[in-house]
Amino acid sequence: MSDTSILAAEVPAVGRPRSLAGDAWHDLRRSKVFWVALVLIVVILLMAAWPSLFTSADPRECVLSRQHKPAGGSAIFGYDFQGCDVYAKTVYGARYSIIVGVFATLIAGLIGAAFGLSAGFFGGWIDAVLSRFVDVMLGIPLLLGAIVLAKRLSSDPASNGVFAVTVTLGLLGWTTAARVMRSSVIAAKNQDYVAAARMLGAGNSRLLFRHILPNSMASFIVVLTILLGINIASEATLSFLGIGLKGDAISWGIAISEATGYVRVAAGPLIWPSLFLAATVLAFIMLGDAVRDAFDPKLR
Amino acid sequence: MFRYIVRRLLQMVLTFFGATFIVYALMFAVQDDPIQALVGERPITESQRAALTERYHLDDNFFAQYWYYMKGLLTGDFGTSMTNRKVSSMLADAWPVTMRLALLAIVIAATIAILAGVVSGIRRGSIFDNATLVITLIVLAMPIVVLAPLAQLVFGIKLGWFPATAGKNATLWQLLLPAGVLASLVVATELRVTRASVAENLRADYVRTARAKGLTGARVIGVHVLRNSLIPVITLIGVDLGALMSGAIVTEKVFNIPGVGFNLFRGIRTEDGPLVVGFVSVLVIVFLVVNLVVDLLYAALDPRIRYE
Repeated sequence: MSDTSILAAEVPAVGRPRSLAGDAWHDLRRSKVFWVALVLIVVILLMAAWPSLFTSADPRECVLSRQHKPAGGSAIFGYDFQGCDVYAKTVYGARYSIIVGVFATLIAGLIGAAFGLSAGFFGGWIDAVLSRFVDVMLGIPLLLGAIVLAKRLSSDPASNGVFAVTVTLGLLGWTTAARVMRSSVIAAKNQDYVAAARMLGAGNSRLLFRHILPNSMASFIVVLTILLGINIASEATLSFLGIGLKGDAISWGIAISEATGYVRVAAGPLIWPSLFLAATVLAFIMLGDAVRDAFDPKLR
Repeated sequence: MFRYIVRRLLQMVLTFFGATFIVYALMFAVQDDPIQALVGERPITESQRAALTERYHLDDNFFAQYWYYMKGLLTGDFGTSMTNRKVSSMLADAWPVTMRLALLAIVIAATIAILAGVVSGIRRGSIFDNATLVITLIVLAMPIVVLAPLAQLVFGIKLGWFPATAGKNATLWQLLLPAGVLASLVVATELRVTRASVAENLRADYVRTARAKGLTGARVIGVHVLRNSLIPVITLIGVDLGALMSGAIVTEKVFNIPGVGFNLFRGIRTEDGPLVVGFVSVLVIVFLVVNLVVDLLYAALDPRIRYE
């Protein structure tokens, strides 16, 4: 046996050093919370995209003679006050929750990133003005602002409110994301690699988008994941109050609101949408929590 | 300290005008027909239209309108609802019950958060600590529209431990379940902050000094650690108030408590625009003032803040 083959066998192959994201992924894979959240989210996304995979019943087929009838046949959760299949309605309710949650979070993310990047990168008076504006926005509690804005946006009686709620939550929910982005940008722009790139002659946009932004994304994405959960909960709350989704839109918030009047007669129509809503929100907040733990070296 | 107070007050003036301006602009600006937006989808007569135009100065330009609105807010005139009641007198009726509910919720939340937070801060990594972390995560994720009706169903109706609804002159006992629901909105964050700051302070030099002097464990934890750990928790009260206000709208509706939130809910449902604007404006002002007081209190308690 030659010496070289022994050496090759004993020394494990040293590839490229793991990046921060690689490290985080290594940790994430072992986190139970992460896998539970991921499975829940995949199921909910499937439900939102193809509800007919889960039920063959039509959620809008309501027969008054079935009012508050207990579970039977394909209606495993029973029937509600209008005689609609609670299981079918709950499954179909996932779609608008996800649509509103995802798009509101995208809007909030874009505004938050624009605010945070410019405030953090340019500093000086730009930072002062933008930060004061964020302070002003934080002076309005989310739901109170949403009540006013959603009412204002949904004045068209023909719409089902999806657009109004999405825009409302997007326009009001970006403040935390902006603050987080600002502080990560400030931390990143003082790093040596940014100074090096600047010395090599990189312009502002190259510095921002090639060097600073990729290194400021970790905590920003965590905040957005949690915001997605919060937006889904806020959509349900607004729908519950009667200023969210309306008309023929099927929403967990509306279902809960309708069922609260009849809890003494039938609890099923209240319990099931509530559980699905809570599980969805929990899944996104758990995912955010797990990703944050993986990215935060202090907790390791 | 003086400089800090002046700076904070100036900031407050800016936030106050900014926030009320945004609320007002959201409600009235670039509206095709602000009157129809105020009354919702119901039909409206010419004389009602004229009265509303007069009351809201809709013939003037936007900044003049905002000026009249601010003058009203600062002199305690919050407008008149569509049912022709003064918003200020409705608020005066509704305020006491909401205050009692919110105070009870804050007491419940603080008690649980501080007790459990201190224990899990001391015994980090124990079963108790891990269980608390999981429970706070679940509580954190529970939307109020899920918690309030389910708590009423389980504890009020099925188990019958608490009264399922509370009326106008609700007793403390009747308010206990809704206050518990409200408390759950804020208890998780408070608990986590207490835990983190206890864990951090336990490693501080002054704790080692106290132990070295031979003080008992109870005194070190109860006096030295706890007093310093509660400072960050106090700042949370200001932020939490926003969550409590939002939560009160749903909770008061579900438990039938005729407070501020209940009135606001009814205003939304009956499309009573003036009532909603009046109530929201007042709540925003309360939120801003409480946050100012909390910030000043924080600076008084922690010198590091005011010398920053």
